[in-house]
Amino acid sequence: MTGKLMQGDEACAEGAIAAGCRFFAGYPITPATDIAEVLARRLPQVGGKFIQMEDEIASMAAVIGASVGGAKAMTATSGPGFSLMQENIGYAAMAEIPCVVVDVQRAGPSTGLPTKPSQGDVMQSRWGTHGDHPIIVLSPSSVRETFDFTVRAFNMAEKYRTPVILLMDEMIGHMREKVELPSPEAIEVVERVSTSVPPEWYKAYENTPSDVPPMISFGQGYRYHITGLFHDERGFPTQRLDEIDPWIARVFRKIERNLRDILIYEADEIEDAEIVVIAYGATARSARHAVKQARARGYRVGFLRLGTLWPFPEEVVERAAERIHRVIVPEMNLGQLALEVERVVGRRKVMRVGKANGEMVTPQEVLDAIVRGVSAWL
Amino acid sequence: MVVKKQERESLIHERYLRHHKKFPHVWCAGCGIGIVMGAIVRAVDAVGLSNDEVAMISGIGCSGRMPVYVDFNTMHTTHGRALAFATGLKMVRPEMKVIVVMGDGDALAIGGNHFIHAARRNIGLTAIIINNNVYGMTGGQYSPTTPTHAYATTAPYGNIEQPFPICQLAQAAGAAFVARSTVYHARELSRFIAQAIQKEGFSVVEAVSYCHTTYGRINKLGSAVEMMRHLKDKGVTQKTFEALAEEERADKIVRGVFVDRDIPEYTRLYDEIIARAQQTVANGRTA
Ligand SMILES: Cc1ncc(C[n+]2csc(CCOP(=O)(O)OP(=O)(O)O)c2C)c(N)n1
Ligand code: SF4
Ligand SMILES: [Mg+2]
Repeated sequence: MTGKLMQGDEACAEGAIAAGCRFFAGYPITPATDIAEVLARRLPQVGGKFIQMEDEIASMAAVIGASVGGAKAMTATSGPGFSLMQENIGYAAMAEIPCVVVDVQRAGPSTGLPTKPSQGDVMQSRWGTHGDHPIIVLSPSSVRETFDFTVRAFNMAEKYRTPVILLMDEMIGHMREKVELPSPEAIEVVERVSTSVPPEWYKAYENTPSDVPPMISFGQGYRYHITGLFHDERGFPTQRLDEIDPWIARVFRKIERNLRDILIYEADEIEDAEIVVIAYGATARSARHAVKQARARGYRVGFLRLGTLWPFPEEVVERAAERIHRVIVPEMNLGQLALEVERVVGRRKVMRVGKANGEMVTPQEVLDAIVRGVSAWL
Repeated sequence: MVVKKQERESLIHERYLRHHKKFPHVWCAGCGIGIVMGAIVRAVDAVGLSNDEVAMISGIGCSGRMPVYVDFNTMHTTHGRALAFATGLKMVRPEMKVIVVMGDGDALAIGGNHFIHAARRNIGLTAIIINNNVYGMTGGQYSPTTPTHAYATTAPYGNIEQPFPICQLAQAAGAAFVARSTVYHARELSRFIAQAIQKEGFSVVEAVSYCHTTYGRINKLGSAVEMMRHLKDKGVTQKTFEALAEEERADKIVRGVFVDRDIPEYTRLYDEIIARAQQTVANGRTA
C-alpha cells in the first residue's frame, strides 16, 4: 500500500478527472484556487479543457455551455464567487443541465476570512438561487472522501440531469492526508442518459418513466431549444399550467424517488444511544473525536455523519433521533443545518454548537455539549 | 432549374425557421429584430452551413428571444451571459458555428465584461449586437448606447451618460472582425454576418435597429417606418462618411467592415496546449 500525501483540493481535482470531467471554468479564489491550478495542468493531459474566465458568473455560464456541448463540466469557488454563480445555478436547475459546482467554504459574509474555514453556505447551497428547485449537495469530511464525493457528484449530476454542489470547507480543502486512491477500474463512472430516437421524435424535456429525460449534446443532429423560461417538453417557452405543473412535479420527483442513491450518511452506535451528535464536513472530525471520548467515559452517544446535506435526509435523521432525548448539531455557522434538524425532530431536542468566526468547533466543545446535554435531562 | 429569387427566399425560410411550431413571434409589428433574424438565416444559407452545425445562443431581451424561431441548436441563456455560455460550448465543440445574439443592454451593460473578454481571447464566436439604443423588453429604460440628451423612462430629464461606441470597443478589445450595418440595409447586414461567421476568431456585427414602441415613442421619433427611414438617411458607408464635412458627420451611422485581421483563434491555441501537455506526459514528466 503506497499512500500519497494529498490536499483536499487536489483530491477534488483528481476525482473530477477520474469521473470523466473534461471541462473546467473558474476564477481564482482562496481556498479553492488549488483546484483550478491542478486542473489547468491535468485537464489538457487527458484531452480536456481548462479556462480561466473573467469572473464566477462567466465561469458558471461556461460550465453550462460546455455541458450542453457534451462535456462533463465543473467549476470551483468559495463564498463570494458562489454568491455570483447563483443565477446561473438556477439556470442549470431549470434547464436540467448536469454540472458540478465546488464551493470550498470560507468564513463570511462578504470577503470574511479568506483563509479560515466555515460551513456558512449550507443554506445558500440550498436556496441561493431564486425560485423553488431541487438540488443535490454533498459535503466530504476527509481528503479521500473528497475524491469519492467528487466522483459521486458527477455521477449524480449526469444521472439526474441536475447541478450538484460539492460543499467543502477550507479545512478539508487545504488539509493534507495520506490517501490511497482507487484504481480507475474500481471507480464507478456514470454517463448521462442518451437516446437513439430519430431527431424529430426527440423531446429534451419529455416526461419519461424514469423522470430523467435523455439529454443529447448540441451538434449531434438533434436540434432543440434550451431556455431558463418555463418550457414545454420540447424546451420551448410556455405559460400553460398544464405544462408548467408537470415539469415542476417531475424535477422534484426525479430526486425524491432516488433518495436511496443520493443520500450518503454514516450512522454509528445509534441503536442504544441516549444522545446523538449529527455532524458533517470538517466538523464531523471533531464530533467523532468527542463522541469517542464520551463513550470512553460511559456516555451512550450515537453519531450520525451526513454526507448528503440536500435533499435533507429527513427520514434518516428522524429515525436516528426517535428514542433520543438530545440531538447535538455542531457546525461552523450559527445553526444552519440545525434548523433542518429542529424541523424534523422538534426544537426542544436540539442543541446547537455553532461558530462563525473562522475557528473550528473543537472536540472539547462537542464533548462539553454532550455532558451538558446528558445532565440537562437527567 | 432556375429557382426564382422569391421562391428561393421562401425555401430559406422553410429550411431555417421553426415555421409551423413557433410563430407568430413575440416582437411588436414593425420591429427591426426580425430583419436581423432574416439577415442571419440568409447569411447561414449563403455560407452553406447545415442547420446542425450552427448554434444560436442569446441573452435576455427582445433580441434574446430570437433563438426560439430558428431551427438550429438554440439556447436562450441569462441576461448578459450569452457569450460566456457560448464560450463553454465553443471550447468543447470547436467545429460548431456559434452565433451569439444580444441586445445593446445585454451585450454592453450587464454583459459588458464578457464582451470585452471574449474579444480579448479572440474565441471563434460571432457576436451580433442588435442596437436599438434602449432596453426594449423592460419598456424603454436607457441603455449603454442611448445617446446623450435622449429620453428614456429612467432618464425623464434626458440622458447624461455617453454611449459606448460598440465597434471601437470591440476593436480595442481584440476582435478579429468588426462590422456595422443597419436593418434598413438588410442585404449588406446579411453579407457582413456571412463574413463574420466565416471569420476564424471573435467577430462582431453591430446591427443598428430601432425600437419604435419604447424609445421612438418617448423621443417622438415617429412610427417604425419613420425610424427605418432615419436609418436609410443616416446610414452611410465609410467612404461617404470620410468625404463629409465635419459638421455633417455628427448624426451619421457609419456602415462597413472596420476590422478584419488574422489573429490566432482561442480554441486552436488551446489544441496546442493539449499537445504540449500530452507531450509532457509522454516525456515522463508529470509537469
Ligand atoms: C439579471 C437580470 N436583470 C434584469 C433583467 C430584466 N431585463 C430583461 S431584458 C432587459 C434589457 C434588455 O435590453 P437589451 O439587451 O437592449 O435588449 P432589447 O430588449 O432592447 O432587445 C432587462 C434589464 C433580467 N432578465 N435579468
Ligand atoms: S419593444 Fe421594441 S425592441 Fe422589443 S419587440 Fe417591440 S419594437 Fe422590438
Ligand atoms: Mg436594446
